[in-house]
Amino acid sequence: MSDLTQLGVKAIRDGVTGGEFSAVEVAEAFNTAVAAASELNAFITATPDHALAAAEKADADRAAGKDLGPLAGVPIGMKDLFATRGVQTSAASHILEGFKPEYESTVSQKLWDAGAGMLGKLNLDQFAMGSSNESSYFGEVANPWKASDGSNAKLTPGGSSGGSSAAVAARLCPAATGTDTGGSIRQPAALTGTTGIKPTYGRCSRWGIVAFASSLDQAGPMARSVEDCAIMLEAMAGFDAKDSTSLQMDVPAWSAELSGDLSGKKVGIPKEYRMDGTDAEILKAWDDGIAWLKDAGAEVVDISLPHTKYALPAYYIVAPAEASSNLARYDGVRYGLRDIEDGAGLQDMYATTRAHGFGDEVKRRILIGTYVLSAGFYDAYYTQAMKVRTLVQRDFENAWAECDVVLAPTTPTAAFALGEKLDDPLALYLSDIFTVPASLAGLPAMSVPAGLNSKGLPLGLQLIGKAFDEQGVLNAGLAIEQRAEFTAQPERWW
Amino acid sequence: MSVTREEVAKIASLARIRMEEGDLDHLVPEFNNILAFVEQLGEVDTSSVEPMTAVIPQKLRLRDDVVDADPLTGGGKRDDILANAPVAEHGFFGVPKVIE
Repeated sequence: MSDLTQLGVKAIRDGVTGGEFSAVEVAEAFNTAVAAASELNAFITATPDHALAAAEKADADRAAGKDLGPLAGVPIGMKDLFATRGVQTSAASHILEGFKPEYESTVSQKLWDAGAGMLGKLNLDQFAMGSSNESSYFGEVANPWKASDGSNAKLTPGGSSGGSSAAVAARLCPAATGTDTGGSIRQPAALTGTTGIKPTYGRCSRWGIVAFASSLDQAGPMARSVEDCAIMLEAMAGFDAKDSTSLQMDVPAWSAELSGDLSGKKVGIPKEYRMDGTDAEILKAWDDGIAWLKDAGAEVVDISLPHTKYALPAYYIVAPAEASSNLARYDGVRYGLRDIEDGAGLQDMYATTRAHGFGDEVKRRILIGTYVLSAGFYDAYYTQAMKVRTLVQRDFENAWAECDVVLAPTTPTAAFALGEKLDDPLALYLSDIFTVPASLAGLPAMSVPAGLNSKGLPLGLQLIGKAFDEQGVLNAGLAIEQRAEFTAQPERWW
Repeated sequence: MSVTREEVAKIASLARIRMEEGDLDHLVPEFNNILAFVEQLGEVDTSSVEPMTAVIPQKLRLRDDVVDADPLTGGGKRDDILANAPVAEHGFFGVPKVIE
């Protein structure tokens, strides 16, 4: 039989449903691939039994003639930010090491209900704070791609969903969950030649997802095709009364409505995204994308999003502010790590637990957040940032008068070497410069592969759509996918 | 605006994160770099702009006033809640003595 790990979500679902192969064969193939890829460090915890149990159920249901779910027999990777009952949910932190939730997150439960199984919990930047997967307490993740210039350096898979992107690119799973706060689905997808979508804020329930910045956090799928992303997202999305910002809307049939014909659609090209320091090859990929969308029937128009340059500084006030509040819950009392010196009191216990339990980047953000929310500075920093956020959102609203979807690069560069930006937090922050605006505005946005650069590394293009118009984003993504013909795979070295 | 070593130490204490002197050596300059970066927001004229209060405007829902309407988030979960506690005693969270 051909290598089952080459198959995507739809191919596996259809193959299992049609009896071409069994779900157990699929699960075993992926379990073997996961076990053989420890050098990538994409998984924090492997859960082969979970994947097998779901597969056995899919095979039994099929044998019994029962209806199979839309993800029947599809084993996936779960970012280790989603609470999974009885399975360590660490957020890649020391403070949650060993934490085994007594409950299941809404999104993961929906995926199991659709027939999926879990291959394991995927590595990430600690508390999803980072863009290179280097802030994980459980070690960095290596990008399966390496440059063709002979340097052999290990590259970042992006972050924070770096385990997810690496695992999907390396064929360790056909799809994975990610979460996106400022670009944590799109940036890693771009750096690994994979496809990922962050839906409109509120589409996927945040219940059971370890909170980072609640007004920005949004779950979404990562896979190797637009259609597979659409199928995954249909299973993940939907109203949940347990999340106060959950959208009370039906989930559209995105995969059934997919169309790469963009006749009558207008695509906006924001001039502010043509920034100094952007890689010339990224700009070339952007031009290719413009030509592909024209070829798909779209009209291309120049637009302006004037507050783009202020999105990133606003994000680095809003996100740390919310993080400092959300992470106050880690106190060494209710769950997770407790660290206390003999005879010390409660306040010392908090401070010691948090000093040992959080990594440097997490501490940095908690402190920045504490500072910008403190009396005397609140208006100058936090209120001003939330006003700028209004302006960023207004920029997009104005743009929608002229276009239906925006096309831009996902990242300013291809994957960089692990360690390269470790000493300069600010330089790393800049890798999210193109993804943060859509996050601040709560808009659906996705990254699709555009091709390889001259060093053989993948580049991604980003599509940003109107609120609730995931379909428009997916359709434009499909039009690019059909023309980019991205079939390259990383050469196996792990 | 920039912050001093003492101010960063004070913020860390407010955030209940113990800091060693060595931590502050690298944290203070990093903190000031980030502050200098976000300070460019001051250039933006926001005098006639309201701060964002909701990403996607919607009415905040009220749940039905029913006890345990959703069994997942209702009561009667003491053992589940204590299951991951570092110290649990007699059905409560255990903490160091707080009364002298």
